Amino acid sequence: MAILDILKLPDPRLKEVSEPVVSFDDALRAFIADLEETRLAGPAAVGIAAPQVGHPQRIVILDVSSRPKTPNHGHLVLVNPEIVHWEGYATGREGCLSVPDYTGNVIRATHIRLKAQDADGRESEFEMEGFEARAVQHELDHLDGLLFVDRVVSRRTDLYRRKVYKT
Amino acid sequence: MSDWNMLTLVGADRPGIVARLTRELYQLGCNLGEASMIRLGGSFTIMLMVGGDRSADEIRAALTPAVQEMGLRLHLDPVHGGLHQHLVPNLQVRVAGADRAGIVADVTEILAGHGFNVLELESDVAGDQERPIYIMNIQGYCGETLEVLEGALAPLGERGVSVDVSPVDVMIG
Repeated sequence: MAILDILKLPDPRLKEVSEPVVSFDDALRAFIADLEETRLAGPAAVGIAAPQVGHPQRIVILDVSSRPKTPNHGHLVLVNPEIVHWEGYATGREGCLSVPDYTGNVIRATHIRLKAQDADGRESEFEMEGFEARAVQHELDHLDGLLFVDRVVSRRTDLYRRKVYKT
Repeated sequence: MSDWNMLTLVGADRPGIVARLTRELYQLGCNLGEASMIRLGGSFTIMLMVGGDRSADEIRAALTPAVQEMGLRLHLDPVHGGLHQHLVPNLQVRVAGADRAGIVADVTEILAGHGFNVLELESDVAGDQERPIYIMNIQGYCGETLEVLEGALAPLGERGVSVDVSPVDVMIG
């Protein structure tokens, strides 16, 4: 087990698209253990993605279960995750281990359906909402080389956006 | 001498204000820090942290030609404390109602009475000329619970101002 270094903006590796996991072996499980130790060692992060430690594979750890009154699926290791359905949107404030001392408002889907494998390659599907759905969208962005700072909106912008009606 | 100057600038809005000023500041060897720049009414307003070894007088002198050309008003204050002093809000208060004098004072007095620290406040006047609506959004930090604040603000509802208190959830991932 080891605590890994977290890459910080503007490290170009954070902008890379990660590769799917193909081997569900001991090396993968050892890496996941390190990734979890790294998540727990830092400031209270509910999630972490493999590329944040310079490991460009499609792996995410997520756990929002410590938050009161938050619907959640407990501690999740998500390998090759994919969002297959989105619904609704809301603005919420986000921060990131890779962008210290900054928080900003981001629009995310409020309900999603997610397909993912676990550390042994077994497939599952999850219905997520609210805070957990937000967290997983934030982490999945990392797998595609996107940071929340790429999506920050001002509340004013959001307000005006809602008033635009298509004719 | 303090490391930072808080530069305040106001003037009729037009394209190019930010570009011109920040270029001048860069050429003077200054660094820019946190800033709030926004158009309010027809004016463009800037609050900008300017760092570096330059004194307020040097900054003023360097900006004077641009300020005069563009018809701006400039003010500088040496400030202590640098960057990375962010406080994260935990509560948001949204206020809307028929525009009348005193809404802001009414709301913020109640908040202040509960130790609410306003970190950000923005407001707009919307609606039409005959019936303007005042809309305000406050984000801040308060040690008391959402329910306590809601209770304290409830009397405003009876006076035609809708007030909504909601948590600001910060998701760190």
